Amino acid sequence: MAASVRCFLRSGKNAVSALGQRGFHKSAPVAVQMMVRDALNQAMDEELERDERVFLLGEEVAQYDGAYKVSRGLWKKYGDKRIIDTPITEMGFAGIAVGAAFAGLRPICEFMTFNFSMQAIDQVINSAAKTYYMSAGQQSVPIVFRGPNGASAGVAAQHSQCFAAWYAHCPGLKVVSPWSAEDAKGLLKSAIRDDNPVVFLENELMYGVPFEMSEESQSKDFTIPIGKAKVERQGTHVTLVTHSRYVSYCLDAAVVLAKEGIECEVINLRTIRPMDVESIETSVMKTNHLVTVEGGWPQFGVGAEICARIMEGPAFNYLDSPATRVTGVDIPMPYAKLLEDN
Amino acid sequence: MAAVRSMNKMYGVCFRRMAGLKASRLLQHRAFRVGAVHRQEPFDSTLEKPQFPGASAEFVDHLEFIQPNVISGIPVYRVMDRQGNIINPSQDPQLSKEQVLNFYQKMTLLNTMDRILYESQRQGRISFYMTNYGEEGTHIGSAAALDPSDIVFGQYREAGVLMYRGFPLDMFMAQCYANADDLGKGRQMPVHYGSKDLNFVTISSPLATQIPQAAGAAYAVKRENMNRAVICYFGEGAASEGDAHAGFNFSATLECPLIFFCRNNGYAISTPTNEQYRGDGIAARGPGYGMLSIRVDGNDVFAVYNATKEARRRAVAENQPFLIEAMTYRIGHHSTSDDSSAYRSVDEVNYWDKQDHPISRLRHYMTARNWWSEDDERSWRKQSRKTVMEAFERAEKRLKPNPELMFTDVYQEMTPNLNKQRESMWRHMKQYKEHYPFDQYVK
Repeated sequence: MAASVRCFLRSGKNAVSALGQRGFHKSAPVAVQMMVRDALNQAMDEELERDERVFLLGEEVAQYDGAYKVSRGLWKKYGDKRIIDTPITEMGFAGIAVGAAFAGLRPICEFMTFNFSMQAIDQVINSAAKTYYMSAGQQSVPIVFRGPNGASAGVAAQHSQCFAAWYAHCPGLKVVSPWSAEDAKGLLKSAIRDDNPVVFLENELMYGVPFEMSEESQSKDFTIPIGKAKVERQGTHVTLVTHSRYVSYCLDAAVVLAKEGIECEVINLRTIRPMDVESIETSVMKTNHLVTVEGGWPQFGVGAEICARIMEGPAFNYLDSPATRVTGVDIPMPYAKLLEDN
Repeated sequence: MAAVRSMNKMYGVCFRRMAGLKASRLLQHRAFRVGAVHRQEPFDSTLEKPQFPGASAEFVDHLEFIQPNVISGIPVYRVMDRQGNIINPSQDPQLSKEQVLNFYQKMTLLNTMDRILYESQRQGRISFYMTNYGEEGTHIGSAAALDPSDIVFGQYREAGVLMYRGFPLDMFMAQCYANADDLGKGRQMPVHYGSKDLNFVTISSPLATQIPQAAGAAYAVKRENMNRAVICYFGEGAASEGDAHAGFNFSATLECPLIFFCRNNGYAISTPTNEQYRGDGIAARGPGYGMLSIRVDGNDVFAVYNATKEARRRAVAENQPFLIEAMTYRIGHHSTSDDSSAYRSVDEVNYWDKQDHPISRLRHYMTARNWWSEDDERSWRKQSRKTVMEAFERAEKRLKPNPELMFTDVYQEMTPNLNKQRESMWRHMKQYKEHYPFDQYVK
C-alpha cells in the first residue's frame, strides 16, 4: 500500500522523535528516566523472557530493530524463532498471528503503523475479536496488535488518524492507549499476559519522550490493570478526560488554567475498551464539568461515547453545563505544516 | 522498499558467512530457518552472472517474454479409473477391507446427513445449510491420510473431514439446530462446526481468512516439533482472495509443515473456473511460491489419500508447505441460498452425479472385490438413514441454550458493561415474560 511513504516515515523518524522531545514533562532527573520507546522494548523483552510462547512478528521487527526501533536488540537476544520479519502483507501476518494464537502461542503483532492495520482489519475483527465467542469459549485468541497510532508529524492524511474509536467499537477486543513510559510498560505487559486479543495503540510522537519511572515500575512484575483509568492530576472545577499524547496537552492546560484559579482534574483513560466509566462519573460528580480531549475525529469518537455514557448514568444530573468535546478537526489530515499544526 | 528489504537480508547472509566468529554467532539466530540460508546464492562479484539479490539465473541477449502457459496442462494424478479399477498396482494404497468399508460408510453417511438437513432447511426448520454432494472423496481421502493430532482449518464444505475424525451425528445436528448441546452455544450459522478435541478449528464465514491462519498455526506446530502438521482447505474461488496469496507466501518463507488442500469444484457460487482465473488452475501457482504442488482426481478417494499422505509425511519431515489441488465437482447448489440451475445445465450436473461420482467409484472397487453386495448396500442405506433421522429428531426436540450465554465468552472475564446488559435483559424478560417462550430454553 504505502511502501514508499513508509520509507519516508522512517527517514523522518529522527526529526519526529526530536520534536517529541520538546517534552511536556521535564521534571528534575531524580529517579530513573525512561523513554516510552524503551519502556515498550523492556516490556516485550521481559515478557519474551518470561513466557516461551510469546513471540513478535511484523515488518522490519528483526534485524532492522523495528521501523521505529521499538524492538531494538530483541532479534539479537531471541533469534529467528521468536522475532520474525514478515513479507509485506498486513492481512497475511495478522492472519498468521491469529492462527498461531489458535495453536497455543501468544503473538505480539506489530503494525508498522496502525494506518496499515486497515488492510488487516478483517482478521482483527472477524477472526481475532470474535472467535472466542463464536467457538463458545473453546478457542481463545491471546494476541497483542501493537504499533503507533494517531497523528504523527508531516505524514498527511493516510498516516495521521486515530483508530481508538474504530477498534473500541467492537466487542471481543480490548483497546489500550498508553501515555507515559510507566503506562507503556505496565499496560503492554498486561496486554501480553491477557488471554483476550488486545489492540495496543502507541503514539509515535511519544516514543522519544522521557518519563520518570517509579521504583515499582522498574520491576519485572510490574503491570497496570487493563480497564482502569488513572487520575493524573486532582482538581475540583472541571474534569478533563483524555488518552495517549493528549494527556500531556491536558496537564499543560491544567497548569495554565490553575494560574487563573481553575483546578482541572485530568483523567488518563489508559484503556478505551472496556472503558472505566466509573472513574469518569466519580470525577464529574465532584467537578460538575466535563471536557473530553482526543486526537481522533469527533463523529462516533471516544469523546462521543463518554458523553453518551455520562448521559445514561448517575453523573448526568451533576453536570452544571453541557459536556464539551475537543477532537481532531473533522477532515483528513492535510500535509502542509501550517495547516497540520492548526 | 521490498527490494531494499531483501537486499539487506541477502547481504546479511553473505557477509555473515565470511566474517568469522561474530558471524557464526549471528548465524545461530538464522538456524531456525535452514532452507532460507541454503537457497540464497553466495555473493561473488568475480562471476559473470546476475548478482541481483532475489534472483539467480543467467544473462541472455535476446528479448523474449515468458509464456503464461510455461506451466500448463498439469496432469491429474489418479489411482482408480471411473469404474474403480486400479490403474497402476504400485499406486494401490493396499488398504484393508475394514478401512475401505469405513471410507465408504463415512462418505455415504455424509451424503445421507446432507439430504436430511438440506430438506429440513427447505421445510423451514433450520435457516441455512450447505451440502457436500460430489466432494465426499476429497474429504474422506484427505482426512484418512492425516494424524488425528493434525490441525484442520476448513472453509465450510468439509463436514466429511470432521465426520471421519469421529464428530458424532448428534453434534452435527446440535450445531445446525443451535440447541443446548451445540458446542458453539448456538452462536453460529449452521455448518460452522468446530471441535477442540478433534483439532478442527471453528469455521469462520469470511472467505479465505483460514489460509494465513493455517500458516500461523503451522508455524506454532513447527516450533512445538511434535510430528504434527496443519491442513488448510479452501475452494478455487477463495484462492483468488488476497489472504490466499499471503498464506502461500508466508508458509513458504516461514517453512511450515502445512498442506494447502484446494477443492477445485468448478464453481464459486455461480462463477465458473474460466472466469475465476487465467492460469492452469491453482496447482500452477505453487512453483511461484517455491512450493511443491500436485493435482489429483478428487473423485478418486485413493488418489486423494495417497497425495495427502505423502504431502503430510514430507511436510513434517522437511518443514515445508505442500499444495494439493483436488479436481472435483460441486453437485449440489452452493448453499440453500442458491439455485444453480440458473447458471449450469442439468445435463452437466447429471454427468458428475451419475457417471463420475466418488461414492460410486469406490463402490465399484468394493464390488469387484466382493466386499460389498446389493444387500449390504440396501441394509446400510436403511440403517444410516435411520441413524440420521433419530439424531435429527433428538436435536429438534432438544431445548435451546440458556439466554444468559449470550453474554459469556465475549471476553474471558465478564466486563461491567456486559454485566449491565445481562441484568437489563433479565429485567426486560421478566417484565414481558408472556412474549418469551421460556419453556424452550435451558433454565
